[in-house]
Amino acid sequence: MRTDFTVEQLADPDIAASEKVLRTCTHCGFCTATCPTYVLLGDELDSPRGRIYLIKDMLARGSVTGDTVKHIDRCLSCLSCMTTCPSGVNYMHLVDHARRWIEENYRRRWDERLLRCFLGVVLSQPLLLRLSLHCAALTKPLARFLPGQLGPLFAMAPDSVPPASLTERPRVFLAEGERRMRVALLLGCAQQVLAPEINEATIRLLTRHGNEVVVARGSGCCGSLAHHLGREVRALGFARANIDAWESERLASGLDAIVINASGCGTTVKDYGFMLREDAAYAEKAARTASLARDVTEVIEMLGLSSPLQAAGTIKRRVAYHSACSMQHGQRIHAGPKALLAAAGFEPIDVPEGHLCCGSAGTYNLLQPEIAVALRDRKLANIAGTRPDLVATGNIGCITQLAPGCDVPVVHTVELLDWATGGPAPRALTAG
Amino acid sequence: MKLPAPDDAVLRRRTEIIEALRQIVPGEGVIVSEAERRAYESDGLTAYRQVPMVVVLPSRVDQVAAVLRYCQKSGVKVVPRGAGTSLSGGALPLADAVLLGMAKFNRILDIDYGNRCVVAQPGVTNLAITQAVERAGFYYAPDPSSQIACTIGGNVAENSGGVHCLKYGLTTNNILGIEMVLMDGEVIRLGGKHLDAGGYDLLGIMTGSEGLLGVVTEVTVRILPKPTTARALLIGFATTEDAGECVAAVIAAGIIPGGMEMMDRPAIHAAEAFVNAGYPLDVEALLIIELDGPPAEVDHLTDRIGAIAREHRASEIRPSRDETERLAFWSGRKAAFPAVGRISPDYYCMDGTIPRGRLAEVLTRIRGLSQRHGLAVANVFHAGDGNLHPLVLYDANKPGEIERAEALGADILRLCVEIGGVLTGEHGVGVEKRDLMGTMFDESDLAHQQRLKCAFDPDGLLNPGKVFPQLHRCAELGRLHVRAGRLPFPDLPRF
Repeated sequence: MRTDFTVEQLADPDIAASEKVLRTCTHCGFCTATCPTYVLLGDELDSPRGRIYLIKDMLARGSVTGDTVKHIDRCLSCLSCMTTCPSGVNYMHLVDHARRWIEENYRRRWDERLLRCFLGVVLSQPLLLRLSLHCAALTKPLARFLPGQLGPLFAMAPDSVPPASLTERPRVFLAEGERRMRVALLLGCAQQVLAPEINEATIRLLTRHGNEVVVARGSGCCGSLAHHLGREVRALGFARANIDAWESERLASGLDAIVINASGCGTTVKDYGFMLREDAAYAEKAARTASLARDVTEVIEMLGLSSPLQAAGTIKRRVAYHSACSMQHGQRIHAGPKALLAAAGFEPIDVPEGHLCCGSAGTYNLLQPEIAVALRDRKLANIAGTRPDLVATGNIGCITQLAPGCDVPVVHTVELLDWATGGPAPRALTAG
Repeated sequence: MKLPAPDDAVLRRRTEIIEALRQIVPGEGVIVSEAERRAYESDGLTAYRQVPMVVVLPSRVDQVAAVLRYCQKSGVKVVPRGAGTSLSGGALPLADAVLLGMAKFNRILDIDYGNRCVVAQPGVTNLAITQAVERAGFYYAPDPSSQIACTIGGNVAENSGGVHCLKYGLTTNNILGIEMVLMDGEVIRLGGKHLDAGGYDLLGIMTGSEGLLGVVTEVTVRILPKPTTARALLIGFATTEDAGECVAAVIAAGIIPGGMEMMDRPAIHAAEAFVNAGYPLDVEALLIIELDGPPAEVDHLTDRIGAIAREHRASEIRPSRDETERLAFWSGRKAAFPAVGRISPDYYCMDGTIPRGRLAEVLTRIRGLSQRHGLAVANVFHAGDGNLHPLVLYDANKPGEIERAEALGADILRLCVEIGGVLTGEHGVGVEKRDLMGTMFDESDLAHQQRLKCAFDPDGLLNPGKVFPQLHRCAELGRLHVRAGRLPFPDLPRF
């Protein structure tokens, strides 16, 4: 595609990187077909191709209006377009740049600024999030009196918050039997508050498969929430903290992999190398960290799932496998998780329109509730059509988005794998 | 390429026109701001760009009718648009026209297995029709390579083909009926779920009319049961000439494969980089031949084609082992155009059709033209029906390259006509081949075609500047005489 950047503009490494991306696009329009917002809204401007145009225009002019910001904000960053794109356009890097550029150059309305600031700070800090959720649970009846976008935010808070898990603190979990690998686990941020059982199941599953699991001191949020809000300084701060924590762990005792059990985080950690490419002190370490990052299912697949115990509850349950966008589009992991579920004795089923996002998309369901709800309902209808006993997915965002409206329990894939190989039944199955 | 000069009188009324459109389509359906309109400035043919005066995205038929009625009454031009995947610039906007986007019409209205048809809104994608019926063992046969994104309404407008049209026909052979809105706002229906309609074949006239006669608001398509067996063969050749001769020999042997496609080296490499289908990378030309039908027939034809290919010095013959592999073979071919984006920032896709017996000769001459113009060409095309898609590779950021690409493209199309072929196989004339229409048709041919246009759109407001190299007022067409090379009405714009 033709671009019109000046030599001075191209001196900015971010613009130069985006120009490269733009030049790969041939404007064929294939991406429109698999873009959730285009499928819903039917407007080129709410499609990847339209956004690429808007971003190109914005960067070339060096200015932006609210019209353009609206359409960029509506992008889920689900990256379905990248799976579809035959030309190899790295839309992720382009839209990440655009969000950052908007954050730095465009002044939003006060309530939007407040909301974005709140989400950027609170969601990525477990202590603050837990505190906020307790407050929200108490003040929920007042939600409708809150201005702007804050009302729906409070209304969405869960009624109760599970107690903190022992896995939250830095420590080492020894391998059961012979040690085959030594891995670091990214604890994440919101997940450990909303569903601590996922990390617990992950640790049991990993240690059972011969992994020594380290929760490295200083590691925490992967930075993706801030990254997708365009708050780059904060996002890179999280990235550097994680890199430091894992590098010192690697140098001290060795690390074979960095395991991530929320695919949204996985997509970001795997991109650390690109995010910090201009930081001389971190570029190399970031690339190394990114190359060690694995989704938990990738590790178990590599090691081979130990024989399932065929616990009474697991056999032949129909499990609708919801592949999170960050799993299938962000990390291109397709068959592995389903193969593991099948090996564990479940019957994994594909969900029609599986490439379409469920609307969770990080903070998207809080920032764009209308589109998020439309996508959620469409996804729930597609899931219901498969008549499953359970829904499994590898991303906490999807679980919180789908579980409240789903007739059957929605669990994390590792909870099922843990259960089948000797762990307890998932909380969502026993609670109700 | 020139577009009709914008009418200042219309541009001065822009605010009033926008207001009127907002009365018809509320909310975000009317797109006004400059940055937003710019995203609509081109379709799949990026060589030409024009920001539209205003974009309107209706979601109901009565809104389409009201928009057209208003525009006819107010003398405002209208350019219809589907998914914007046209490779001939069929949906290229005009500076003084309303761009009428039909993408919100994206629902399938009826699936009727009894009558083997599907009724769809025009913005439904080609592939979505097949996806809606494949569980029941059916499919919609025409499959343009952009089928994932292109709309059925756009397919009707361009009479789209695809890989399987060799055996199963173009769009015109696979639709049963349409609902459309005329420029004066009248909604009419042509055909239906039945096979033939009385009177003239108006459905045939509408199919391939490139948005010049009316706006399609509903399409009834024929669906077919999936063949019991389908197998794709990958056949590699050391020269494109051998591959071209092999295609001619297969057709001459009386075999009609489900599809017979060819790619040359640059296209093979670009496609393989996207799909990893296992294409051989050490060949100059690759044929993908699909055979479908009962297993015995497919086995028999596989052997016969294998023998013909060996006679033509095929270096590799690989049948697909299962359905997954067959689809993988095709996925590379289907994505080949945009995959070329990996090797070149821009491409200009041609669409000439030639007699199949002369494939090898034409490919050699295209190579000569490519060298003369100093631009590389990647070839991806429907070999079985002689429909060529040479992709001229260029860089729009380099001054002068687009003009060279246009010149090379024009030479290729002239070559097609010269050896007895035609300008377009399935992409339509649009703006891309408009100025070459004169190499195929003389003034009186073109005048007759335009008279038909006048019967539907007497004021020439629907998609003007496309297809016809000259604009005529309908009133003068009856009296058009060209004497000694002098055209009447010298004041009319000619491109």
